[in-house]
Formats: sequence, structure tokens, C-alpha cells
Amino acid sequence: MTQQQHLDQTLPEQPDPSRVLRTASLPQWLVWALAGAALLLALILTLAGLHVALAVVISYLVFLAAWTAISITRLGRRKGINNLWTAIVVGAFLLALLPLISVLFTVITKGVQGIMIPGFFGSDMVGVTGLQDQAAARGDAPIIGGIQHALVGTLMITLVATIISVPIGLLTSIYLVEYSSKGVFSRAITFLVDVMTGIPSIVAGLFAAAMMMGFYQATGQSIQKATMGLTAAIALSVLMIPVVVRTTEEMLRVVPNELREASYALGVRKWRTIMQVVIPTAISGIASGVTLAIARVAGETAPILVTAGVAVQTNWNPFQNWMMTLPVFIYRQLTHPTAPSQPGPSELRAWGAALVLILIVMALNGIARFIAWKFAPKKSGR
Amino acid sequence: MSTRIDARNVDVYYGDFHAVEGVSLVMEPRTVTAFIGPSGCGKTTFLRTINRMHEVIPGAYATGEILINDQNIYATGVDPVDVRTMVGMVFQRPNPFPTMSIKDNVLAGYKLNGKKLSASQADDIVEKALRGANLWTEVKDRLGLPGSGLSGGQQQRLCIARAIAVEPDVLLMDEPCSALDPISTLAIEDLIHELKETFTIVIVTHNMQQATRVSDKTGFFNIQGVGLPGHLVEFDTTEKIFSNPRDEATERYVSGQFG
Amino acid sequence: MSQVQTGPAQAGPSQSGIPSRGGGTGDTVFKVLTVVAASIILAVLFFVALFLVLNSLPAMTAPAETVSGGRGFWVYVLPLVIGTLISAFIALLFATPVAILVALFISHFAPQRISKGVGYTIDLLAAIPSVVYGAWGMSFFGPALVPLYQWLAKYLGFIPIFGPGVSGLGRSLLTASLVLAVMILPIITSLCREIFVQTPTLHEEAALALGATKWEMILMTVFPFARAGIVSSVMLGLGRALGETMAIALVLSPGPLTANLLDTGNNTIPAEIALNYPEAFGLRQSELIGAGLVLFVLTFLVNMFARWIVGRYSQFSGAN
Repeated sequence: MTQQQHLDQTLPEQPDPSRVLRTASLPQWLVWALAGAALLLALILTLAGLHVALAVVISYLVFLAAWTAISITRLGRRKGINNLWTAIVVGAFLLALLPLISVLFTVITKGVQGIMIPGFFGSDMVGVTGLQDQAAARGDAPIIGGIQHALVGTLMITLVATIISVPIGLLTSIYLVEYSSKGVFSRAITFLVDVMTGIPSIVAGLFAAAMMMGFYQATGQSIQKATMGLTAAIALSVLMIPVVVRTTEEMLRVVPNELREASYALGVRKWRTIMQVVIPTAISGIASGVTLAIARVAGETAPILVTAGVAVQTNWNPFQNWMMTLPVFIYRQLTHPTAPSQPGPSELRAWGAALVLILIVMALNGIARFIAWKFAPKKSGR
Repeated sequence: MSTRIDARNVDVYYGDFHAVEGVSLVMEPRTVTAFIGPSGCGKTTFLRTINRMHEVIPGAYATGEILINDQNIYATGVDPVDVRTMVGMVFQRPNPFPTMSIKDNVLAGYKLNGKKLSASQADDIVEKALRGANLWTEVKDRLGLPGSGLSGGQQQRLCIARAIAVEPDVLLMDEPCSALDPISTLAIEDLIHELKETFTIVIVTHNMQQATRVSDKTGFFNIQGVGLPGHLVEFDTTEKIFSNPRDEATERYVSGQFG
Repeated sequence: MSQVQTGPAQAGPSQSGIPSRGGGTGDTVFKVLTVVAASIILAVLFFVALFLVLNSLPAMTAPAETVSGGRGFWVYVLPLVIGTLISAFIALLFATPVAILVALFISHFAPQRISKGVGYTIDLLAAIPSVVYGAWGMSFFGPALVPLYQWLAKYLGFIPIFGPGVSGLGRSLLTASLVLAVMILPIITSLCREIFVQTPTLHEEAALALGATKWEMILMTVFPFARAGIVSSVMLGLGRALGETMAIALVLSPGPLTANLLDTGNNTIPAEIALNYPEAFGLRQSELIGAGLVLFVLTFLVNMFARWIVGRYSQFSGAN
């Protein structure tokens, strides 16, 4: 109905009484020529002293106006509007690319200098003080210090979080897909997983911190003990579990029922069917989802800041003492430079850590895609 | 071994919905019994009660008795899992396990149950089952490849091999040829003739020619109307059903006047 | 005739002579395990709520003058709530149109062979950790915006949000909100994209067959189909923006509530917690946890609203 109404509105505006197919079209080069001209205009405006962002905006608007005007006069109103929106959509995409390029460019250019610091991966921040950094900033001494403690912390905390979340998430989604009878309990779980998805990461951190402090208080021990890797891992688990449940649930639901029935009909028990038929069929999707979840929590800062503290020494034990992670290291080095009057060396270390963090996260994302692509059940086996 | 299936007054329900009403019939050993009837008349539902597969659907339950070798499969304490090892099943669409090779698919009944087999035992079972399903010569050189790489008809015979590998007494077939081309269908029908030497076979089919070609006895299911339970209208030798049925509805159905 | 109802698997000795292979305990154990795992989720959320409430009660009940600011917990937390809402709102204002258009580009405009790559590129934007965005906003984006801010303050300074005064390093709420916009853009984009590609091809082809141009086809079929989905995507983006911590903590130079978006000042709940929690103890800690509770409730309401919209309109979406 709406389609009809819409056409009724637009058709009369196109005076084309003769039912002749119109062949008018714009040459391919025109849009490129216009874009080139717009770029040139932006350059000129910038050289003339206008802020570069403003110059680009003005040139883009000029481009839109010219392109639309030409389209309307040559092709008619409807096609002109179509071309206008096409240009806007493409423009939006290019706009969205800008921050990505800018972030990656910044991190790479500054980060490469950071990871060139001798011993960047093999040393922690023990013994690195403001004096050393000031000397380094003056050029009297090499920059020292590194991210070993943060790498170890990120590895251990993420590992513990994964060990906590994956079984819980997997079993919960198995319950939801394979066992629940769509009753109150399973609907409550689905709802709560939704709620959990929306928990701000800092709140997850506060929860884990408050819970562990409560535990140590109740058992009469010092609440200082609550600040450790495990607490951070619990916070990350709160963020990770709903992601694991969601992806696994989705993957289990697309496993065809026929496979379950084939297995039952062979006299195979339900739990064996789930473990040996359903899960293996869905495993590539599950593994890639879990990897993405790991990538997400590995980059979390706020929950760790309030749970694991800030450490300068390497600590392999997530059950005792403060731990550092890469994101917190970046944050601390930027906001609390080792030498407040000479933040240069600290910034260098922060950007180096940022580059390492991005590489880790990107690698995890790449692995996830690879798993999903490589181990997906073969549709045809040849 | 002679395996007789004796259904006594079987009713099937999906929650509140009464799907099949009062079915009683006897399927003799080493025969093929076909169930025919219009869509939604409960023939597949009844078939699934013979190995308690209907229980997979939440809320489904059956009343009455089904005796296999004079043992009631619905007696208190009987584990449906044990029933299903005695009664194998082949489904409407071929469903080999996509994560397994051809060989592992045949051995699935053992492997999924965690049984340890020696290599020679496993090879024997695979060859016997694949020969039994007329598939051996076609796949013996590629046993390690995924089962999903076979053609539709080959996949369905692989599923039959998988079902007979665990040596059941009864084989249920739920429209086994409905997803296959005519040549593959013929291959399966030939296979059914051979299999009935060993197994008691029950087959659901929409294809009446198929029923006449493969079955010794035929049961006609029908429903009175939407929302009413399906019931067994007539059960007799296939010849009788298709040439001289007792019931008028059966005659109209087998002569193609409705359904 | 026996009237045995066949319920769930009954293990136990068989009375009929059918040989039992046993092994039914595996089923029971496994099922119990899954129920326990699901119950853990129930418990976790219960404890999240419980601990947040318990730990924030001291701040909420404390004498007004002992709380930061000296006028009670709610007076302390209100400016933070306003700051959080303003920054999230500005982020949405910029991110939503761009995100929808980018989603359209991927689903309907980009040539088939590049659209998948374009989707990955946008996902890449979502994969970058928030602390990296914060670092970028603090050391590159903020300073880069200063000339623009000065221009805005000079010519549009009569509008209260554009002046007076400009942060010399661009560490203002507007910068923080723009960084937030960049961060929630890929979330809204990927959710919208998923909905756009689900538009029934039949509807689209019907529109094209009536002689519609591509844009008219999108207006006729894609947008009406995706309306509820767009709203809920934006709401989920809002939920994410409300809880985002590091971008604000690094970019914004916090201060008291002010209408001027170009200068330092204002703060949001997550940033307030992140900046102060490591050094906080006693009542101050309780205040921050209380602020966290408020944030939790806020995001909970936004997310529920999003789900409600989806549920409310799903029957009209035409997906069936």
C-alpha cells in the first residue's frame, strides 16, 4: 500500500508522457572529475588559511551541490535525488574511515619508536624512576623500562577469565538450547544474559572488587588482599560470560535437529549426542566467538584498574598481589608519567604498549575469522 | 531371530493435542510394512513411537503398549536409549554427521556410545554394513572423506548403513526416498527387498507405487478433520489394500481421488 | 492395556526384559551441570545488585556534609549523571546518522565484492580497545580540534555551549563525546547492517519492478522494515556510550558541571569512578560504588527500553 502511495506522489512529477526509454546517462569520468575538483578546492581553501576540517566540509558540500545539479538537469529529479543520496552514503563511509586511519596511523608511528626501546618486552618497570626518565629525556641516558609485567598480567588475567567464563557460558547455552522447556527459569536466564550484556565494564569491576573485599572482610582478613589478578579475572568474566552464552547459543541453534535425531535413533544418550555430535558441528562458530570475546576483554581497562591495582613488577601469580595489564599500563603511563616534568619517555612506552595491544587484539580477531572459515563444517566434502 | 512388533491401542499426544488415536496392529518378522495416508494423519508420529523417538519433542507422550519380541517398550523402567539400539531409524532427508568421515559415520553408533573397537573389528563392521547398504563398491576407496561429499542417494544409503551397523532388529524408515531422484529411489527400494531378509522393516511413504513395490502389508491412516486425531483406517496385505480395500476412504485414497 | 505415560528418560532396572546398557547417570550429571551453570548467572546478577547496594548504602545514608561536595550523595551524583547523559547524547547525535548511512553503504551500495571487506574494516574499528581511543583522543584528536573550537567560540560564542573559553589542549566534553561517537559507530553500524540485509528481497524487487530508483526502494522497503531495529541499535549504542570509561577518563579534563562544551569541566560517572577509585577508601569508595549503582540502573533502563522496542515491533517487522 505504501509503495503505491509513494509512486503516486512521485510519478506525476516526472513529465514523460511519451513512453520512450530515456538513454540519458552521465559519463563515468564525471564523478571522478568532480571529486578531484573538490579535493583541489579543499587544498586551496586550506592554503588560504581555513582550518582543514572546515575546508573539507565546504568542498564536500560544493561537490554534492554540483553533482546533484548536473544529475537533476541531465537525468531528471528522481535520479538526481538518488545520486545525491548515493554520494552522501559514500561520504559517510569515507568519514567513518577517517578515525580508523588516524588511530592506526598515530599508534603505528608513535608505537614503533616505543617498541624500539631496548628491553621493551623483556623488562618491567622495577627501578625505573623519574630520575632515569629525566636523564633519558635530556639525552644523557637510554630510555629503560618495559612491558613484561603488563604482558604477563594481561596473559594471566585473560587466561583465568577464560577458564571461568567458557565452561559457565558453554554449559548455560547448552541448557538453554538442549534442555530448557522454555519455562520461567530459562526465560529468566535469557533475560539476565541480556542484562549482563549491558553491564558497563566499570560496574563489573566494582562488583568484583566489592565481592572480594566482602569475602576477605567476612573471613577477618585484610581487604587489601582482594586486589589481585583473580578479582580482575572475575570482573572480566562478568563481561565475557554473556558474550560466550550468546554466540554459543546462536551456533547451537543452527545445528540441524536431524543430526540430533540421527544420533538418538542410534541409541546414543543425550549428553553424548550433545558432546559428540552437536558441539563438534558448532565448534568453529563457538571457538571463533570465544576468541572474539577474549579479544574484547583483553583490551578492557576500567575493570582492571579497580580490581588488580597498578603494579610495576612482574607477577605471575593471579591469586596474590597486584598485577598490571597492557591497557592499564597505557593509561597509567599517560596520566601518571614516571617523570611528571618529562612525560616523553612515559608516552613512548605507552604508545609502544598500545601498538602491542592492538596487534594482540587484531591477531585474536584474525584467528577468530580463520577458525570460522577453516573449520566450518564442509557443505560438500570434495 | 524373529522380531515381531505388536502395537496395542497406542495413543500419541503432543501436549494437549491428541495426534494419533487407538492404533493396534501386528507387524510380522521379516516383512515390510508400509504406512500410507494423507499429510498430517499421524503415520510418521506413530512410526516414531516404535523407537520412542517422539519423546525428543518436548511435551510428547504415548499411551498403550508396543511389544517388540513380547517385551513392552513402554514398561516402567525401560530406557528409551535401549529401545533405540534395538530399533534403528532412517529419516526423510539424508543426515550423515557432517563432522565425520564415511567410515566414522558407519561406526557412529559405536563411537558415539564410547565403545572401543579394534581396528580389524571396526573394518569388518564398516565393510559389512556398507555391503549391506549396497554402498561398499562405490565408497570403499574414499572411506576417509566426509560423508557429506556423497550424492543424495549415496548419503541416504550411508545412513542406512549407519543404522544397520549396530545390528538392530527392526528398521524404521520415514519417507526415505522423498528427497531423492528416481534412480536413487530405485536403488533404495532394491535395498529394502534385501534388508527384509534380516530385519523387520516399517516404512512411511507418500508414494503409493512405492508401497506396492516394496511392502507386504500396508496400513492406511486418515484423519476426520483438522485438529482431530489420526487413526488407522485399515491394515491388510498390500495386495488387498490396493486391489480390494474394505473401507471406502481407503479406496478413494489409493485410487488417487484425494490426499 | 497399561496406561504408562512416557515422560523423561527413566533410568533403572528394566522390568520388560529389554537389555539395559546402563549409562543413564551420565545424562543426569550432565543436565545438572548445565542447570548449575545457568544458576550461576542468576547468582552473579543477584550478587552484582546486592554488593552494589550494600556497598553504596553507607554513602547514601551518610550525613550530607561528610559526602564529597558536602551536600549529600544525590547532590554529588546528579552533575555526574547529567554529564554522562550529555556526553552520550552528543555521541549518539553524531554517530547515528553516519552509522546508518555506513550500514546502508555496506548492505546496499557497496559493490558485492568489496562489501564484505568494508564490513570487516568497520568491525576493525570496534576491535580497537577503548584505552587506545582514549590515548588517541588525548594526544592527537583533542589538540587537532582546538583551532576549530577557537573558531566556534569566536563566531558562535554567544551560544552557551560554545564558550566562553576553550581548553588549550582540546580536553573538553565535546572532544570526549566525539571520541565516544567514533567508538559506538561500529556497534550501531553492524547491528543496523544485520537488519538491513534481512529486508525481504521480494519487497525490494517489488519496489524496483515498480520503477523505483535505489534510494526510493530504500525509503519504501528497507527503512520501514528496519525501523524498530534501528531504534534498538541506537539504544544499545547509547547503553554502551553511557558505560564507556577510558575514552572520557583520558580525554576529558574533569571539573564541575558547565554548559560550555569546549572547555575543561564536567565529568561522567564511569570516568569519575576510574579516576578516583584506585586512591579511594572508606566513605569515598562507597560514594563511587553508589555512583556505579546509578550507572548500572541507567544502562539497565536503556537496554530494557531497546529490548522492549524490538519486542513491541517485531510482529510488524514483516520478517514473517
